[in-house]
Amino acid sequence: MSEPGVQTHAVAVRIGHWVMAFAILVMIGSGWRIYNAEPILPFRFPDWATLGGDVEAALARHGDPGVATALAWHFAGMWLLLASYLLLILWGVFSGHFRRDFLPVGPRSFLRDFLAAARFRLPHRLGEYNAVQRAFYWAVLTAIAVMIVSGIAIWKPVQTYPLELLFGGFQGARIVHFVAMCGIVLFLCVHLALVALVPSTLRAMVFGRSGHAVAATRMVEKTQ
Amino acid sequence: MTLIRRDLLERGFSLGALTLLTGCDLSDSNAVQSVLAKFSAWNDRVQAALFSPDRLAPTFPESDAVKDFRYNAWYGREQAPSLDAADYRLLLSGRIADKRPWTVEQLHALPQETQITRHVCVEGWSMIGKWTGTPLRIFLQRVGADLTARYVGFECADGYYEGIDMPTALHPQTLMAFKLADEILPREHGYPFKLRIPTKLGFKNPKFVTTIYVTDKEPRGYWPDRGYNWFSGS
Repeated sequence: MSEPGVQTHAVAVRIGHWVMAFAILVMIGSGWRIYNAEPILPFRFPDWATLGGDVEAALARHGDPGVATALAWHFAGMWLLLASYLLLILWGVFSGHFRRDFLPVGPRSFLRDFLAAARFRLPHRLGEYNAVQRAFYWAVLTAIAVMIVSGIAIWKPVQTYPLELLFGGFQGARIVHFVAMCGIVLFLCVHLALVALVPSTLRAMVFGRSGHAVAATRMVEKTQ
Repeated sequence: MTLIRRDLLERGFSLGALTLLTGCDLSDSNAVQSVLAKFSAWNDRVQAALFSPDRLAPTFPESDAVKDFRYNAWYGREQAPSLDAADYRLLLSGRIADKRPWTVEQLHALPQETQITRHVCVEGWSMIGKWTGTPLRIFLQRVGADLTARYVGFECADGYYEGIDMPTALHPQTLMAFKLADEILPREHGYPFKLRIPTKLGFKNPKFVTTIYVTDKEPRGYWPDRGYNWFSGS
């Protein structure tokens, strides 16, 4: 979609991206608080990292560890997540964005780019996605789909029965929901680290365009 | 717009994300709470639409049923009320034709059935139990409740209160449960009876019920009053 050295993002992608970014932070923060009410592993997330209001105040008020507000966030955030996910998927498929920018991605090119990246020898070319990036985007899109489906199985285990059997039952769906969350958090860490390394990608996601095509940049500056 | 201002804007985005992550104050603001309440009301409508009166909650083999069912309340097990069958009366009010109170003996004489279903707690844990009791639908018909009313509400001996939509009240698996694991309902689990509603989250299953009322006005609920979703179907 872009000329070499220039990164552009369509308005639909930018809206979808930022709504989803907000939704994911809400879902993770509130999800951690909900997890803390009944941990499936022998640890709890620190309260400061969770979303759902002051824990002590809620405990003092009526013995509720702030789970009510966390659930309210979670079941509001899910609509934003679903909407932004559908927007990004539909746009990606029908505009050709996925085919153009995220395909092809094969095991050989992934391995080549992955090894190069591991040795810090993979240059970032604005407007171009290497095989590792492509694989990462597919992986996170898949993880979010798993998140949504396992989340529905947990939210409505009776009305959607036997959906939970896909995950080995209700508890299985909780575990899958947790594992997919870990995957998304991992993606977020890598994603944010890379943005920190190449900040111009952030500019493109905010303003729609960034890069070094000199003439084009001058024109943009003049019109503003 | 200058590049410096762009940079500032970009930093603003990351700052916003940070504030969100540590969003304690954010959550407690009235504006945020009111937006969340609107989403919760919307989710009530979505859940009512998703609810199918004919769809049965999954049932399980007896071997899956837990004998020592988990106790859960905002107070300790030993503080659970102890109701005496001799004094107990179930009171009826609202849109019910025959409002005569019921004794435990009369309740036990109602037709009963047994179900092995899963209790799903809003906290995330779940447990399968064997429950025996009278379908609420049969009781409501027996006392001449107006089944076209929208809600059924419950008041309890421990100060708890809850309410459900009429379609859920009439669901074939919604029981007035008198027994747990073939034994008379233990005191802390709500003797003389609790509502057992496998299509709702656990907190929508009130224990120690002392009053049943039928109404068109959405009944209050103990946890919904504390910010939990009202419909809380499962």
